[in-house]
Amino acid sequence: MPISNYIIFCLTLFTIGIIGVLVRRNAIIVFMCIELMLNAVNLLLVAFSKMHNGVAYLSDKSSIVGAEAQVFVFFIMVVAAAEVSVGLAIIVMMYRNTHSVDINFLNRLKN
Amino acid sequence: MNKLVYLIPLFPLIGFLINGLGRKSLSKSLIGVIGSGAILASFAVSLVLFFDVKANGAMAVNPLFTFIQTSTLKIDFAFQVDQLSCLFLLIITGIGFLIHVYSASYMHEEEPQHFGRYFAYLNLFVFSMLLLVLGANYVIMFIGWEGVGLCSYLLIGYWFKNNNYNAAAKKAFVMNRIGDLGFLLAVFWIINKLGTVNYHDVFAKAATLSNFDVTAITLLLFVGAMGKSAQIPLYTWLPDAMAGPTPVSALIHAATMVTAGIYMIARSNVLFSMSEFTMHLIAIIGLATALFSATIAIKQNDIKKVLAYSTVSQLGYMFLGLGCGAYTGAVFHVMTHAFFKALLFLGAGSVIHAMHHEQDIRNMGGLKKKLPITHITFLLGCIAISGIPPFSGFFSKDEILAAAFAHNKVYWILGVAGAAMTAFYMFRLYATTFLGNFRGTHDQEHHLHESPKAMTIPLIVLAILSVIGGMVGIPELMGGHHELHHFLSPVLVSEKAYEIEHSTEWMLMGISVTIAAIAILFAVNKFSKKPEMQDAEGFGKVLANKWYVDELYDTIIVKPLEAVANCFKNIIEKSGIDGAVNGVGKFVQYSSRQVRLLQSGQVGTYILFMVLAFVVIVLIWINDGHIYRFITKLF
Repeated sequence: MPISNYIIFCLTLFTIGIIGVLVRRNAIIVFMCIELMLNAVNLLLVAFSKMHNGVAYLSDKSSIVGAEAQVFVFFIMVVAAAEVSVGLAIIVMMYRNTHSVDINFLNRLKN
Repeated sequence: MNKLVYLIPLFPLIGFLINGLGRKSLSKSLIGVIGSGAILASFAVSLVLFFDVKANGAMAVNPLFTFIQTSTLKIDFAFQVDQLSCLFLLIITGIGFLIHVYSASYMHEEEPQHFGRYFAYLNLFVFSMLLLVLGANYVIMFIGWEGVGLCSYLLIGYWFKNNNYNAAAKKAFVMNRIGDLGFLLAVFWIINKLGTVNYHDVFAKAATLSNFDVTAITLLLFVGAMGKSAQIPLYTWLPDAMAGPTPVSALIHAATMVTAGIYMIARSNVLFSMSEFTMHLIAIIGLATALFSATIAIKQNDIKKVLAYSTVSQLGYMFLGLGCGAYTGAVFHVMTHAFFKALLFLGAGSVIHAMHHEQDIRNMGGLKKKLPITHITFLLGCIAISGIPPFSGFFSKDEILAAAFAHNKVYWILGVAGAAMTAFYMFRLYATTFLGNFRGTHDQEHHLHESPKAMTIPLIVLAILSVIGGMVGIPELMGGHHELHHFLSPVLVSEKAYEIEHSTEWMLMGISVTIAAIAILFAVNKFSKKPEMQDAEGFGKVLANKWYVDELYDTIIVKPLEAVANCFKNIIEKSGIDGAVNGVGKFVQYSSRQVRLLQSGQVGTYILFMVLAFVVIVLIWINDGHIYRFITKLF
């Protein structure tokens, strides 16, 4: 499969994520959209990693070119997991306080 | 002997400093003694100098220090004592002293602090006038010239709590400033053309001036004299100057201030005689002022206003004399006028004092019995100013009229008409005030009293001077010697001698005296029994309102100036300057209010901006070269 398919797919995912963050007011959906963007980036990283590795493999069977991208992916997944735990906690607290998960409800920094 | 000159202005200056600085701690009697004593000391020194000059001729110029020094111009702070300045010194300090003594009694109701202020101003006034007269060049004269203007402002506005008085003071100051500008320009012109301001050098080099320069300089000097000596069109401040205390009016009208213009022209007689045109103008303006103000005086009901307009009128005669080249006559009239006008003003002050600050002559009458000394002295003053021989006013006025006759017969006829009016309004004033029955309130009648000795003695001295003061200038026609003429001749080098046949001169005298006498009899007859109680009507109303000159000036000068000032205030100041300053502030406020809207607290909006910014950055990155170049081209 040519790399361009991956790129277009990732772009689409990322754009859906952005638009979701911008348009939706429900905090949980916004949260999900952020996850979507993160995963789009992960997918792209994996795709490029595989592409570079495939090119290097032809000349050197033991090449590890592109491996660092996959390390990044794991790293992102760890951070995302931590972020989810904090983020969901915030949403829970928010619901307790306002009985709503609408993000436009919290437009004041004070009070 | 020369060193004594410095003492003359020094005494009043010291008096001014002591009274001015110590006005809160010194007692009233001490202030009066210091103020009068300073002038008396000056008078004594002036007398010594006078006799010295009389015996030995004019003294050399006494430079005190160099006042201004440039590469081409050197102005000394120098004093000059000659026949002319000597005579003026005697008038200023002599009459000034009497007025000081009188003031000490007249002003006794004032608080000590204001009493001290009053005497400090009086001394400063005399000091400035002495500086004006003593200066050996035009710049020193100008210092004194400005000084008397300032002091007149301070004294006219002495009762500064009354706003009308302040307005009168301001008017006097502004009118004088207009004249001063002319004087200043004349001095600049002289410096420019001759490179010196010393009288000696200026008069020595005067022949080198072109005709145009002489005319311009003398005209500008005359503008200065107009302001200071209250001639048409700058005379309106003098009657308003009545706002000050009465002795101040006496000082301004008799000894100081208004005589400055006459002195200056007599001093510059060399220059003035070179310009035919200026001389004609001076004569015409003098005559016009004399007649014009005499008509106004006929219908005034305020005792001081009548005297004020009579001063303006008499000053007009002096200028008529100057314009006809009779410098001695003018100076002679300054002297005699100083005697009888000081007398009349102080007499009026005595009446006002007795009447408890009542100044309207319609509420007086019959004061003859209650105020005997004031009455006699006032009567003598009235006779003197009316020009009845052998009183002083006769000789000086006759000399001016004779010169006018030799110059132009029309001047003489108008001059005699003015003299008749003078006699008429003075005796109208006298008859209404002192004859007939008392018309004031009972309270006033009960309190009528002759003034204390400190006020009557100056009156008596001045009355004697008014009677015999003319003896120094008895014309040769009457077998006299005209002492004054011989005394002044070294200074007034350019005086024109006029020749009139003796029979004609006798006839002229006879006519003017007869007319004056008729006017006196008519006035006494008319006003002693039933004075004018109603406000004047018809033409009399125009005269009573001073020909509406004040209103005219108000309409053509003051109102337009105010309109322009308001226009500047409202348009340029408010919308221009204030608009720019406030506009900057308003713009900053407005724009920050608009920018604040971005910070709405909506997370979505923030993210939108973030995304848009990303998009822009990416676009820039893609079109790297183009956009970068575009931006660098823009800035």
